[in-house]
Amino acid sequence: MLNKNAHLVENLFDKAKVEMAPTRQGYGKGLVEAGEKDKRVVVLCADLTESTMSHWFKEKFPDRFVEIGVAEQNMATVASGMANYGKIPFISSYAAFSPGRNNEQIRTTIALNNVPVKIAGAHAGISVGPDGATHQQLEDIALMRVQPNMVVLVPCDALEAQKATVAAAFNGKPTYIRLGREKSPVFTTKDTPFEIGKAEVFREGKDVAIVGCGILLHNVLVAAEELSKEGIECMVINSHTVDPIDEKTIIEAAKKTGAIVSVEEHQINGGLGSAVAEVLSRNYPVPQEYIGVANRFGESGEHLELIESFGMGIGSIKEAAKRVLRRKALTP
Amino acid sequence: MSSYITEEKIGELEIKANEARQLLIEMLTTAGSGHTAGPLGMADIFTALYFYILNHDPKNPNLPDRDWLILSNGHITPIRYVSMAQAGYFPVEELKTLRKFGSRLQGHPERERLPGVETTSGPLGSGLGQAAGIAYAMRMDKKKNRVYCIMSDGEHDAGNTWESIMFAGKYRLNNLVGIIDRNNIQIDGMTEDIMPLESLRAKYESFNWHVLEVDGHNLEQFVDATEEAKTIYEKPTVIIAHTIPGKGIKEIEFDYRWHGNPPGKGPDDVWPKGEQAKKMLDELRTLGGKIRSEHQ
Repeated sequence: MLNKNAHLVENLFDKAKVEMAPTRQGYGKGLVEAGEKDKRVVVLCADLTESTMSHWFKEKFPDRFVEIGVAEQNMATVASGMANYGKIPFISSYAAFSPGRNNEQIRTTIALNNVPVKIAGAHAGISVGPDGATHQQLEDIALMRVQPNMVVLVPCDALEAQKATVAAAFNGKPTYIRLGREKSPVFTTKDTPFEIGKAEVFREGKDVAIVGCGILLHNVLVAAEELSKEGIECMVINSHTVDPIDEKTIIEAAKKTGAIVSVEEHQINGGLGSAVAEVLSRNYPVPQEYIGVANRFGESGEHLELIESFGMGIGSIKEAAKRVLRRKALTP
Repeated sequence: MSSYITEEKIGELEIKANEARQLLIEMLTTAGSGHTAGPLGMADIFTALYFYILNHDPKNPNLPDRDWLILSNGHITPIRYVSMAQAGYFPVEELKTLRKFGSRLQGHPERERLPGVETTSGPLGSGLGQAAGIAYAMRMDKKKNRVYCIMSDGEHDAGNTWESIMFAGKYRLNNLVGIIDRNNIQIDGMTEDIMPLESLRAKYESFNWHVLEVDGHNLEQFVDATEEAKTIYEKPTVIIAHTIPGKGIKEIEFDYRWHGNPPGKGPDDVWPKGEQAKKMLDELRTLGGKIRSEHQ
């Protein structure tokens, strides 16, 4: 059953009633909120001001907005200098280009240099849709989470994206925020807890624990509800912080359920599922199944069509839960 | 005749720069790896920056209104370490730890390890963007201090460098001064063979920069250029400093093979490897045989 302390919306499973908004919209609102709180906050953008929803900040704080042009490498280095000097810079682009193109600049001048630049990668995942594989960034979590000093946040809806943006502004660390293009259900509320590094249990269950991040978490909750009708009780964990991952919550979930499914709109290799497996193999190994993109690039298509055909839909999540339960049954 | 620096002061700086070259040869020899040609060529400019031009405080590296010195081509950091030690950021003895395990003097400089190193650098092409970001932020805060960014000529092969040149030109960052170590060599050979850069002046001018060219071993010219840059209010300034790689040791001057080798591991057609350090130090101490060394 749903965890009351997570304060999710009431009409969670009613498609007609649940509000829809893209996570990048939450980022745009979060920038304004952070900007109002602290005048050190500055926003840099690489010719994608409206699609990253940085334009609200630009309109409100024109003196603290810097247009960089199509130059993501320069954007990373300019932001590094500003952060070094004492500003709190957010750099906005598509994840395909930042951190896709400017990875070395992020590594050397932000992560190793250890200056608090906030990197917002919009249009991440396959759900950017018709643009095709070049723009469907599926490796960004892996790229960012292997870098020492880097915090990696993957918000599950627009409201959480807003909270993550404000929290990132004040965590004092290099931070990556992953955002999606398409509208997705807004199923958390202002009362839903959000703390960097602390995973949230959205649903209690004893049979299998599904650990997810990003907008697919709504699919996870729907799958868990349907599995419940079949007598399978799933715990659902929102691991919005992929790095540093909340080891304690994941180990407790493995101990309680003995079976894990990881869910992310990202390559299976190197993403959240890998992070979960690294924790469990060291501490409490249990069978794990992975929902994600299986070592291939994306392609053009509609958002939901791609999610289904790449095996990240509700049906695929249910099947993965059943698979891992069969493996659990074979475990001595 | 400069109105910005006295002849007496120039004489002092020249002595300091010669001492810097000796310390450099000693530290590179002890380290057993590192770059020789570039740091020797930049000894005069670093001396001028640390002992005359920069507003800084070795005892308070985070001085709020300090001038910032960004070293983009991190591989010439040995000469920066030498200047910092001479200025009093850390004991001169510590220079012997260069590139050793546990040292604050990393092979390429790291901000968090050594106070006074403003930024971590080494991968080429990313220093000017950082310097421009600092300059932009300073202007937002209405600060009057300045940012100097030292670059190699070779790193002008990199796209990031030109993105940053374009950015600084657009935003008219008049508190930013680029300094190019124009020594014409890079690892694989001469810059104009590897990937021609000329006309650097015309390129920068077309990107809306004020361009000055100096003899990078003439302290008076260099000091004057940094002062002229302060009078340019509508553009960033770049000083193209023509330098001689290996400057001060005539047997290795202009020889790109000394780009990435320390004394003891350089080409042995002039001196056997075992004698390289001693010969270089002798030459510096006697000013190329003009005076007798106290070591003789």
